[in-house]
Amino acid sequence: MRASGKSGRRSWGARAVVRIPYVWLAIFFLVPFLIVLKISLSQTVIAQPPYVPVLDLAAGWAGLKDFAARLSFDGYELLVFDPLYLFSYLKSLEVAAISTAILLAIGYPIAYGIARCPPRLQPVLVMLVILPFWTSFLIRVYAWINILQRDGLLNDLLIGLHIVDAPVAWLSSDTAIYIGVIYSYLPFMVLPLYATLEKMDETLLEAAADLGCPRWKAFWLVTVSLSLPGVAAGALLCFIPVVGEFVIPDLLGGSETMMIGQTLWMEFFSNRDWPVASAIAVALLCLLLVPMLFYERLQQRALEGEH
Amino acid sequence: MRRGPSLFNVVSVALGLAFLYLPIAILVIYSFNASRLVTVWGGWSLTWYRALLSDRAMMEAAWASLRIAALSASAATVLGTCAAIALTRGGRFRGRLLFSGMVYAPLVMPEVITGLSLLLLFVAFNVDRGFWTIAIAHTTLTLCFVTVIVQARLVSFDRSLEEAAMDLGCPPLKTFLTITLPLIAPAIAAGWMLAFSLSLDDLVIASFTTGPGATTLPIRIYSEVRLGVKPEINAVCTIMIALVAIGTIAASLMAKRGAMRRERAALGAQV
Amino acid sequence: MVEGGGATQGQAEARRTLVRFEAVAKHFGQVIAVEALTLDIEQGEFFALLGPSGCGKTTLLRMLAGFETPSEGRILLDGEDILAMPAHRRPVNMMFQSYALFPHLTVEGNIAFGLRQEKAGKAERAERVAEMLALVRLQGYGKRRIDQLSGGQRQRVALARALIKRPRVLLLDEPMAALDKKLRAETQFELMELQRKLGTTFVIVTHDQEEAMIVADRIAVMDHGRLVQVAPPAEIYERPNLRWVADFIGEVTMIEGRLGPSGGVLDTGLGRLRVATDSSAKPGQTVWLALRPEKLRLSAGRPTAGDLNTVAGTVFEIGYRGELSIYKVRLADRSLMKVALANTGARGQASFDVDDLVWLSWPPESGVVLTG
Repeated sequence: MRASGKSGRRSWGARAVVRIPYVWLAIFFLVPFLIVLKISLSQTVIAQPPYVPVLDLAAGWAGLKDFAARLSFDGYELLVFDPLYLFSYLKSLEVAAISTAILLAIGYPIAYGIARCPPRLQPVLVMLVILPFWTSFLIRVYAWINILQRDGLLNDLLIGLHIVDAPVAWLSSDTAIYIGVIYSYLPFMVLPLYATLEKMDETLLEAAADLGCPRWKAFWLVTVSLSLPGVAAGALLCFIPVVGEFVIPDLLGGSETMMIGQTLWMEFFSNRDWPVASAIAVALLCLLLVPMLFYERLQQRALEGEH
Repeated sequence: MRRGPSLFNVVSVALGLAFLYLPIAILVIYSFNASRLVTVWGGWSLTWYRALLSDRAMMEAAWASLRIAALSASAATVLGTCAAIALTRGGRFRGRLLFSGMVYAPLVMPEVITGLSLLLLFVAFNVDRGFWTIAIAHTTLTLCFVTVIVQARLVSFDRSLEEAAMDLGCPPLKTFLTITLPLIAPAIAAGWMLAFSLSLDDLVIASFTTGPGATTLPIRIYSEVRLGVKPEINAVCTIMIALVAIGTIAASLMAKRGAMRRERAALGAQV
Repeated sequence: MVEGGGATQGQAEARRTLVRFEAVAKHFGQVIAVEALTLDIEQGEFFALLGPSGCGKTTLLRMLAGFETPSEGRILLDGEDILAMPAHRRPVNMMFQSYALFPHLTVEGNIAFGLRQEKAGKAERAERVAEMLALVRLQGYGKRRIDQLSGGQRQRVALARALIKRPRVLLLDEPMAALDKKLRAETQFELMELQRKLGTTFVIVTHDQEEAMIVADRIAVMDHGRLVQVAPPAEIYERPNLRWVADFIGEVTMIEGRLGPSGGVLDTGLGRLRVATDSSAKPGQTVWLALRPEKLRLSAGRPTAGDLNTVAGTVFEIGYRGELSIYKVRLADRSLMKVALANTGARGQASFDVDDLVWLSWPPESGVVLTG
């Protein structure tokens, strides 16, 4: 609802609508990031708050200079030189990449299947896919503990079917992490894929058939190609958060290499090392910057496309 | 014209849904299991629900979670709707790129980063952490989801209805309130519900931004779960699932009725 | 449509100008939707903006309604510049192509919407809504929801909603695009009757030239953002000012030729033709003779009367249209001429058959000489 009258003059209502969320986000989103950056450049001390230097604006310009002098890259040095962190990042990227691939492999048939069902049935199916997502994330991960634990249902089933003789330790393993991630993020993959596939024009496939293209080839050349924006959106929507996942590896994973979300948590809560935790966060953000910008571009393009 | 689903399609969807619901179904069933062990079925019983009700800490955490969720969902809905309006109707205002970046980032950002940054903000400004800091954090996190939903609805909104209202003498602000808002209300409601469940469900950000005396349900569940599977947890989870399921179904039924009416109106205009 | 006598104003009485577009232009970035044009619309007339898609007619309408701002020029309503007035304050109302009825309000709610903005009293509102419902013949439908109405009924609600505020000008944006042929014909006459009864100025945008000719007192033909001809329908049909207009409206045969030294005569590929010219064409100039198919006569033998133009040819194709047939006749120079004959013969007996040798004839004043 653009303001009336000549373009350029906005009513106070239109300005408020932009400014209010802007200010909120600036305070509670932008400023915190600057603070994280600042603390990543601080040193750890046993104090409250557990870092120096603390910015004291009352000390004026001299205070500012003193502040700048005491900034250090200790935190970042630790990240670079201690292999623990490097392995943590690599493990996170690995888990995220593999699980995204599996999510795609599983999610695409599901999304495609729903898109092919009778139109009246589709909203119901979509809601069924969304519903678990709207119940607690923690609960759903917890549900897998029930199944995967030593005396849990999966082992019961396997022993009962004589596939194994003794209970297998499913929990505290990478496998469990993968299962947990795939289970939790499936709706994030299925929904963008479905949204793209549902909009597809069936007559394009008919045209391909008319021009001599066999069904499987038409599927690849037409359907898959046209659904690539949905694939990209779903993949990014899963990959990026999984890199920083904490709950799933913490509850289902083992004590070998930790994922970066766990490392950050541990540094912060267990070691009380805020500067290092902040440095981890900053590095993680830089790592994810490119995919995030890519996702942003996709959103923008989708928004313009619908106009 | 549309070929029906093949066997492969049906099987994929069925397997997918089974995969999604099986663990939940198991959880719900075992919350009624009289026996403590998962492997032994002791018959139907409500013991764990009773135990739950007498667990004061758990009940308080649940109540706190509900209050925080309602508060942050409402704030997020207002802010998110404003943001959606700004992005779809605001044209090219100054700082639009930064604005849309800030709005969409939480959608994909790992929660540990968001949680850490907010905690550091509160510490830097010496804000006492507890109920309100969690609420603020949740609002910030969930407002982007509200924006996405409301924006999708606004983009497909028929602008000629607004033009008709203005043509008949209704000033722009009034047009928005009497014509646009009622018609996008289902999307706003859906946004509120999503924000509510995300807040109710959040563990990471709440853990970072909480303070003494403010425990949320997920934090409580998490600390108990680390010590091993407890049947009371099954009961809590079942109740939460039931609440969310009922709420979601109710909301979507309302939304569907609204959508069907609109669809019939639109179809009729082409006759 | 040309009106007969009676209580209606004759063409001879001067009408005063109600709306004036003064050197109005509209650009969308690099695209020029409307080039600087000046147009007057008179009080109480049914005015049509006619043209192909993209010619700028809808943009012009929307500028009058207030949904677009002209890049250049002014728009005057009763001598007053209305550009400063936002859409919701202009005494102009529009009937939208998609009807744009508010789905969450009833029929009454939709119609009364405009009055609510005027803060009319409850009693007055009810009275005027009832009046409108009677006017569009939807009595008793007041409490219905919009999705319960048929397409034709929705259109009437949209009309009532736009007229209840007694606007100075009613704008109609392709109002009959969604209707089938029969309903369209009925609605056209209803609109004309309504306009006559109310005396309100109607401005209709359409791409259907038949529709424009039936309903309008005057038509503005537009192409690519420019006004091509503004005149009553009869004049546009009988005396088009450009080849493009002659071709756009109705069927026509164009014959190219050179005007003879003494005027009145055209040298063409078909021989010497007698024409009636006005002063704008100069001797020796290349001009085009536009012939409407209904003005031509077909006969088996060569007509001998007076100064008729006569041309020989073979019937090439017959297009049967029910009330008339269009005969395409191939002439000596391989060109085609279109002749329209009413099917007066019982049981559609065609007067001529394909491959028949025929003679076409017409009096000199039947054709129009066009210089552009």
